[in-house]
Amino acid sequence: MPGNQDSASRSPLSQQTPSRGRRKQKSNPRGQSTPQLQGQTPQQNQNIKNASPGEGDTPKTKAQLRAERRALQEAQRAAKAATKQSPSTPVSTKKTPRKFGLQMQDTADKHDKVSISGGETPRNVTSISTIQRRTGFFAHLPRYQHNVSLTKDANPKIHPAILKLGLQYVEGVICGSNARCLALLGTLKQVIETYSTPKQKELSRDLSTNLKKNMDFLAQSRPLSVGMINAFKHLKSCINGIPREKAEDEAKQDLYGCIDSYKQSILLAGKAIAKNLIENDKITDGDTIMVYAFSSLIKNVLCEAHDKGKTFSVIVVDGRPKLEGREMLRRLVKHGIKCSYILISAASYVMREVTKVLLGAHALLANGYVMSRVGSSQVALIARSYNVPVLVCCETYKFTEKVQTDSFVSNELGDPNSLVQIGKKENYLSNWKEQKSLHLMNFIYDVTPSDLISMVITELGMVPCTSVPVVLRIKQV
Amino acid sequence: MNETDTLEYFETILKNDPEKSEAVAAIETLFHYIKLDDAETLHGFMENIQKASKWLEESDLSGAVTSISSGCQLFLRFITLAKDPENMESDIQKCKGILVKRGHDFLDKVKTLRKKISKLANPFITDGSTILVHSHSRVVLQVLKQAMQDKKRFTVYVTESNPDKSGHKMVNKLTDVGIPAILVLDSAMGYIMEKIDFVMVGAEGVMESGGIVNKIGTFTMAVCAKYLNKPVYVLAESFKFARLFPLSQEDVPNKFKYKASKLNDKVDLTKEHPNVDYTPPSLLTLLFTDLGILTPSAVSDELIKLYL
Repeated sequence: MPGNQDSASRSPLSQQTPSRGRRKQKSNPRGQSTPQLQGQTPQQNQNIKNASPGEGDTPKTKAQLRAERRALQEAQRAAKAATKQSPSTPVSTKKTPRKFGLQMQDTADKHDKVSISGGETPRNVTSISTIQRRTGFFAHLPRYQHNVSLTKDANPKIHPAILKLGLQYVEGVICGSNARCLALLGTLKQVIETYSTPKQKELSRDLSTNLKKNMDFLAQSRPLSVGMINAFKHLKSCINGIPREKAEDEAKQDLYGCIDSYKQSILLAGKAIAKNLIENDKITDGDTIMVYAFSSLIKNVLCEAHDKGKTFSVIVVDGRPKLEGREMLRRLVKHGIKCSYILISAASYVMREVTKVLLGAHALLANGYVMSRVGSSQVALIARSYNVPVLVCCETYKFTEKVQTDSFVSNELGDPNSLVQIGKKENYLSNWKEQKSLHLMNFIYDVTPSDLISMVITELGMVPCTSVPVVLRIKQV
Repeated sequence: MNETDTLEYFETILKNDPEKSEAVAAIETLFHYIKLDDAETLHGFMENIQKASKWLEESDLSGAVTSISSGCQLFLRFITLAKDPENMESDIQKCKGILVKRGHDFLDKVKTLRKKISKLANPFITDGSTILVHSHSRVVLQVLKQAMQDKKRFTVYVTESNPDKSGHKMVNKLTDVGIPAILVLDSAMGYIMEKIDFVMVGAEGVMESGGIVNKIGTFTMAVCAKYLNKPVYVLAESFKFARLFPLSQEDVPNKFKYKASKLNDKVDLTKEHPNVDYTPPSLLTLLFTDLGILTPSAVSDELIKLYL
């Protein structure tokens, strides 16, 4: 599964977090902070197994869950007040930066906050309550909750593999729509492997409710991508198609086949897109191609074109805070492609030289709008104003019936702290949480209007982006 | 049938019936070729047909390479699309019989297309309207004639349409049937634009983007029309739909832009005049086809249905 490795090896977050921790440790005597921490979260070091199937409580009603959440918020507020009072406040003691699943917590004390990757820190408590201060315009967007417990409310039916996957999503170890979807399919397969139908129940019904619960859990860790939702829909329709008299083993084999073929279709779609692009001469000799941030599909397309002997150069445009373009650059240069690297603020300066813009996509909406990594729509806008064609590469499994005309209706929020963290320099906004009138919004996606996009290349061929509904209709038949 | 025979047959069709579009003539030639072909296997048969359609595309006999190529492709697609499992397996003669029958159906259908289009476009030509047309187009001519027969009064401006001055031919044909037609210079497009109500052009090929490839100057005309907010109507039969998606003028294949003889002679193409240009969908208002009146974005929908 190449896509999976792709993203596993690039996780800017993973390098930032521990180093930040270390830096702070130098300035703060550790001894002061540790007891305080322990006081806050007494039940930290229990094992993941406690939360996994077999143990404990029955599923809760919505009202109960809501009550619990409120209680949690209050506890956080109290914790924040406490940290403000004490003199030795800003501390972070992450000794074990990223060991998943080892230090997870039980659901015993509902009011206690639980951390995913080890040490509970006052910083995190503050950050969450600050985000909750957010009002008005963006209140509907799911807030970023990095260190809120995933396992706290976890239903005992959640499979350990799903727990692990959820944590990987949260930490950004697996990111990128394709990688996330492939990882999901692999994990669902594991879940089905260990599943056995309870007595007096039907496989097709019980399994899909079981999987649904697991998916809900994943949605808590990070909002599901369109590709994941589509993949799960496909799997569900496979499950529903199983006749009730079929033996469990056979049914499982069918489902494995279903999952594997879906996986295969995603990988093959990428290859077909590269072929479509190259055979139709959309990448020609002498082209200067602009790409934005990282997309495994675009990387493959460019490498493939290079292998076919096309001579072109690439301008990698990058944007903060994730700076994923650096990974793109590294891989393209490693492959021997001539590259330059700029930040998005310089995009209009180089656009004169560019002959084509290639963009990846998170999803294609039914009105032809493209949802993609934040910044893409800016690149497309500049390209349009310089009359440079914008080509979007997207597998059809990412097409959706959803319609959205701007980026605010639904979007995902990332860690606001990463916006103020610039390099190793001391940053001027380190106390942004204390500024009552300041809100930091780290949007993950944006939506590009269809008139900025010249064409969409799918595995079915090249289509204008207004043809999304037709492709959806054909795929349904 | 070898290359010269095929091309001769093609030429005689065009000569006998100048009203026939090149694509239809090409399809008829292919049909004739299928009937005479003596291939032993289905595979060889398909190869022969592909070869024949290539001859037609590369011939210098007509300017409309785009429509010939899309017409031949669609014809082949149509006759081979649905496999008839009972008959297909048995033997090549029976199989060919089916193909010939389907080809016959296709040709019959093709002949009625222009009538359908003129019926659709007729209400858009209102009494007292002034129309700008570009170059010589048989579909446009038929639509205008039909409107004349319906006793509508309208004036037509026709561009001269260099380099082949096909606008002259158009004006003559229009005045013959009593439609007031005025010839204008190509460079007077912008000047005349404010006087007219809408632009009506044919198309050599309708691209997957919903844009069209047509006689050089169409793009200029569409840009002028856009600036003055005049609607641009395109009349095209559905066999002109092609699976191509040009991003710019540069991106249109050379075989459409230049004559085959020029390409074979390896002349310096930068000094050659292209015969066609590409008009992007954002400049077009509506396309009148036998499938109905389509917006440019609906074209790709139809193409996806056809080819997927």
